[in-house]
Amino acid sequence: MIKGNFIDNLPKVYGIYTGGFLAFIIIMSIAEQMGMTAKTIGICFVAFTVAIYAIIGYLSRTAQADAYYVAGRQVPTVFNGMATAADWMSGASFVAMAGGIYFKGYGYMALLVGWTGGYVLVASLLAPYLRKFGCYTVPDFIGTRYGGNLTRFLAVVVLTVASFTYVTAQINATGTIASVALDIPFQYAVYVGLVSILLCSMLGGMRGVTWTQVAQYIVLIIAYLLPVFWISNKMGAGFFPHFMLADEVARIGELEQQFGFIKNSAADLANVPKGLAGITKAHSAVNASPWAFISLALAMMMGTASLPHVMMRYFTTPSVKAARKSVGWSLFFIFLLYSSAPMLATLSKLSLIDPSLPTGIIGKSIAEVQAIDWYQNWNQANLMFVSDFNGNGTLELNEFFMGGKAVVLATPEIAGLPYVISGLVAAGGMAAAMSTADGLILAIANAISHDVYYKIIDPKAETAKRLVVARVLLVVIGFAGATIAAMEIQGILGSVIWAFDFAMSGLFFPLVLGVWWKRANREGAIAGMALGLISGAGYLIWVRTGGSGFLGITQLTFGIFGSAVSLVAMVVVSLITSEPSAATQRMVDEVRVPSGKSILGKQH
Amino acid sequence: MSKQAQHWEKSRGLLLITLAIWFVFSIGIFLFGAEMNEVTGPFGYPLTYWFTCQGSLGAFVILIFWFANRQEKIDEEFGFSERGDD
Repeated sequence: MIKGNFIDNLPKVYGIYTGGFLAFIIIMSIAEQMGMTAKTIGICFVAFTVAIYAIIGYLSRTAQADAYYVAGRQVPTVFNGMATAADWMSGASFVAMAGGIYFKGYGYMALLVGWTGGYVLVASLLAPYLRKFGCYTVPDFIGTRYGGNLTRFLAVVVLTVASFTYVTAQINATGTIASVALDIPFQYAVYVGLVSILLCSMLGGMRGVTWTQVAQYIVLIIAYLLPVFWISNKMGAGFFPHFMLADEVARIGELEQQFGFIKNSAADLANVPKGLAGITKAHSAVNASPWAFISLALAMMMGTASLPHVMMRYFTTPSVKAARKSVGWSLFFIFLLYSSAPMLATLSKLSLIDPSLPTGIIGKSIAEVQAIDWYQNWNQANLMFVSDFNGNGTLELNEFFMGGKAVVLATPEIAGLPYVISGLVAAGGMAAAMSTADGLILAIANAISHDVYYKIIDPKAETAKRLVVARVLLVVIGFAGATIAAMEIQGILGSVIWAFDFAMSGLFFPLVLGVWWKRANREGAIAGMALGLISGAGYLIWVRTGGSGFLGITQLTFGIFGSAVSLVAMVVVSLITSEPSAATQRMVDEVRVPSGKSILGKQH
Repeated sequence: MSKQAQHWEKSRGLLLITLAIWFVFSIGIFLFGAEMNEVTGPFGYPLTYWFTCQGSLGAFVILIFWFANRQEKIDEEFGFSERGDD
């Protein structure tokens, strides 16, 4: 069926794969009609998709350093775009984003702008130049450009702090989904998730992760878009929701006016289960100050350009030119999901609060709502709650509470879609969380194995030994992440946003100035990374322990402070110390020319 | 001026234009979010709301492809383009 080179056959291979997945969905829906239970369908979806990823991971096994670290630098632009999109869109994007928009409206949508606008910075400031450099990892660039083991080591520290904060959230998400779909306790499900993640990356490194991420993107985008379109059509809101929901958005505004946002007393709220929230913010009105919106968007944009697991995806393209185009494709594939999240939030909210719709529950009697099947299911799952605070027997807007995840997970069921869609959504969430976790664990393990072990500790190590070290680290870091995830310390979204702030505090300016400012030197980079990370982390701790903060910088945007300190420190220290050597300056000139040999050799 | 320096000057010019457009869609319009939301935007959505859902996001996608093409032209002009495929 498939002849010749794998790379040449990619469209065919993934075309067959997509067809096979659609056929699987149809088979499952037939099985549902024939009486297969919801639980079995959920297990089938998760088990089938994870098995496919594991097979791809096995087929991509390699013993070559450049295949392991940068997938042999032969990933075509469009496929690298899909892989990056899967790498990028985490369990949080998939499960929690629509929920955030549902509850917080405009103020939250700064994340949509931030998590897309950052790619403009990636494409114009960094990706093509780092690709030309020919590095395996982000610290590889810092270490070679500025020279010295200390710079390399500090870059590894920043990378590890940021990526590790992020990865625990992702393993947590795979655990949550695996525990629901396979019906096992969360403490074990976390390790089931971890094993699935390692199956993709252990044998093939970046090559294995690349081809599984493409497969995961296909699953997650189908799992996100299909329900949105289906629900929109079923509600009669329009066959193409993105262009047709203006009336629904306006209707939500009217209902908000009619119901009003009534503030609940603290005593009433004490009865609401932890993690659930009511609708307290306007849906489409501007409900945040310009600075609150812009500072959050800016922090996410600069964080995007500093996160190593994203940057390293552009090391895998065949050329500098391809790296630039590939950033565009990445953002296009991300755009498909991100532009759908507000539509899902709109459909979900309207179907619940509009009394003129059959699914609307506001204005019904409390007893009636409590008798609805889906309400009982999601109430049991601890994602929905109603309480008659004012004792009038009728459900008011301020008496209805929901978990953020419920918008994605429960809306298909509320709208009356078959259970097969819920199974599909579980597989999509699993794909989103797994692909991001894989990218992150690989980024950390590669940085430690390549930059700390090979470049600093044992520069004479043979390839085979280096790859063994890399794989051992992969497992160790995975287990460390899973162990922390099993403790359930913080929510999914909070830790994701912190990762962006950590990355931008320590890495944004050392990376950008490394390309764009020839005068930047080793001392400056050391000061920029160390002081940036320390001041950012210090600010976070200060605000978390009751500090008031300043300039409206919150615990979600502390990277703005950290990166400002990093910039000042880097410029001042660079200027008061001697300029970089002639060889380094020539190297920077060389990086700025897209053609010709890369700075670092093919195998290094 | 050497060929390389000229190439870099043009690349830097393109970067500044790209960042200026990026600034408008990521920061500029949200300075006037409340005022602009009174206006009806594409497909009937409130204008600022539309930008946060679709407008700015789409503009970034187009901007990156535009930037990549312009940079390729600059590279070709100075003979720095790479042979081969994408």
